[in-house]
Amino acid sequence: MSVQAEQPVVVPARTDTSGRAASRRRRRLRAFLRNPTFIAGAGILAVFVLLALFAGLLFPGDPQDMVGQPLLWPGQDAEFPLGTDSLGRDVLAQLVYGTRASLLVGVASAAIGLAIGMAVGSLAGFFGGWVDTVLTRLIELFQTTPTFILVIVIVAIAEPSMPMIALAIGLASWPTVARLVRAQFRSLRESDFVMAARSLGYSRLRIIVQEILPNALPPVIVAASVMIANAILTEAGLSFLNMRDPNVVSWGGMIGDGRDQLRTAWFLTALPGATIALAVLSLNLVGDGLNEILNPRTEP
Amino acid sequence: MPLLSVDGLSVAFPGHAAVREASFSLAAGETLALVGESGCGKSVTAFSVMRLLPPNARVVSGRILLEGADLLALSESEMREVRGAQVSLIQQEPMTSLNPVLSIGLQIAEVIRRHEKLSRKAARARAVELLDLVSIPDAHRRIDDYPHNLSGGMRQRVMIAMAVACRPKLLIADEPTTALDVTTQAQVLDLLDDLRHRLGMAVLLITHDLGVVAQWADRIAVMYAGRIVEQAGIEPFFAAPLHPYSRGLLGARVDVDADEHYSTHRLTEIPGNVGSAAGQAGCSFAPRCPVAQPACRQAVPPLVGLGDERAVACPVTVSSHSSPLLGGEAR
Repeated sequence: MSVQAEQPVVVPARTDTSGRAASRRRRRLRAFLRNPTFIAGAGILAVFVLLALFAGLLFPGDPQDMVGQPLLWPGQDAEFPLGTDSLGRDVLAQLVYGTRASLLVGVASAAIGLAIGMAVGSLAGFFGGWVDTVLTRLIELFQTTPTFILVIVIVAIAEPSMPMIALAIGLASWPTVARLVRAQFRSLRESDFVMAARSLGYSRLRIIVQEILPNALPPVIVAASVMIANAILTEAGLSFLNMRDPNVVSWGGMIGDGRDQLRTAWFLTALPGATIALAVLSLNLVGDGLNEILNPRTEP
Repeated sequence: MPLLSVDGLSVAFPGHAAVREASFSLAAGETLALVGESGCGKSVTAFSVMRLLPPNARVVSGRILLEGADLLALSESEMREVRGAQVSLIQQEPMTSLNPVLSIGLQIAEVIRRHEKLSRKAARARAVELLDLVSIPDAHRRIDDYPHNLSGGMRQRVMIAMAVACRPKLLIADEPTTALDVTTQAQVLDLLDDLRHRLGMAVLLITHDLGVVAQWADRIAVMYAGRIVEQAGIEPFFAAPLHPYSRGLLGARVDVDADEHYSTHRLTEIPGNVGSAAGQAGCSFAPRCPVAQPACRQAVPPLVGLGDERAVACPVTVSSHSSPLLGGEAR
């Protein structure tokens, strides 16, 4: 870093400040576009997001309605390209509506997990001492409990509605983020720019939120995409175990429903299974790509 | 009344005392150089004034008066109003002292808005003026740059702009140029000196570079093993350093005017190291001192004033100073 600094910094001459800011944005955008991993992941993810947004337009009506003959194979009837299940429901429509549920649960639970994890991690890392000791024990307590069991217990105690499932997954997944943020804060709070901020009279809250947190974010952003993927998997697992909102279609629920026809109509489990795999893969690709882009050591 | 007066300051870390009974004062508009080798307590002294000591350090005794008000008695929130507004700090490492994710303009504007009621726009305009003040070319265009766009010298200028943004009365510069190359060093020190005159602030310059002291300071305080062993005006000090340690420091320099070079002349050195006196009574320099006497190892010599803002903590020097031998120095 210091070696680089001795070199004169060449900045292209621009006529106004907005032009410079725009060129910086363009450079960052290019870094994203150069990364094939990120592009692939984001592309697949974008398709899922579009499907979730326009599910109502693509398939008007309730996807749980019995619309055709039961157990039609994919391609057997042009009206149901991916066939129908044992109750005569359109598999494709269910998959598309399932995207909505899965992404919603994934994003909501990741948001909850991130909020708790960042709060706990930054307090523990910044203040150290007994605050750190207490919060670290709390983190360890949650981390030693198997995530899936914890989610099942929470959902079993409350009713299995979508918000409850998201909350349960969020509550079970925050320790990873907390540990990550805590480690970042522990090293960043000793940095010179934090000392500089203190010497300028900023309060601790301001130093945490405005000075340290933005610098601690890159690994958290990477972790967030994996958290969404994990949340989707957990939700699918819960639905498979029938701990789901009966009024909402979800991929895991489709697998659970198709389990009885595993030998006769295997596509009923294979299709939602492949969809889950694809969604999780896309999120992991996005995470890997972000990791490469946000890693300061790989910056040009 | 002096602007800053540090009175009998002692700071301890678990197991060892970093600063012992340090006393000095600083008049408004004056530059005092605090000189000493690594680990002698000069930075700890400076951070005590800001009340930004590491959590395991403790002020054992002493008072730090800024315009008569004891900084050590202020609450943390009162102290936050002092930091950045009345007393500012410039750190050693310009490369890491700026927040890498915020533009420099934003960082400067935020400091102003922290201490003064100004709109975002007005603060930004002030930030441009400040960048101009610290001689950053094209200030209005540079303001949206991020720290990584700037060189080390430029970053230190930005740090200085942030430090003087609210016109502090006292600027503490903790080895502000150690991380910079020699030509940049001179520019930054010139800038500091210029700002001191224009803004009328006092500068507490912490350094181990006697060349810097000779050129830019009004007075000097030499620290050794946590104690101030000599205080003097710059000219008398360089003409005739009194404390054996000061004499050793000046003796260890290469005199370019006398055509010396480290490749042709062996540098004189002070024998031993700072740790020599660990755990011993008496003057901590005694084990390395060429003129030490048995009495030096008995009691810690007090800092004795010799008139003309000059003081030295060495009984041997004090007794010979009163004799006509060195009398010519006392004006």
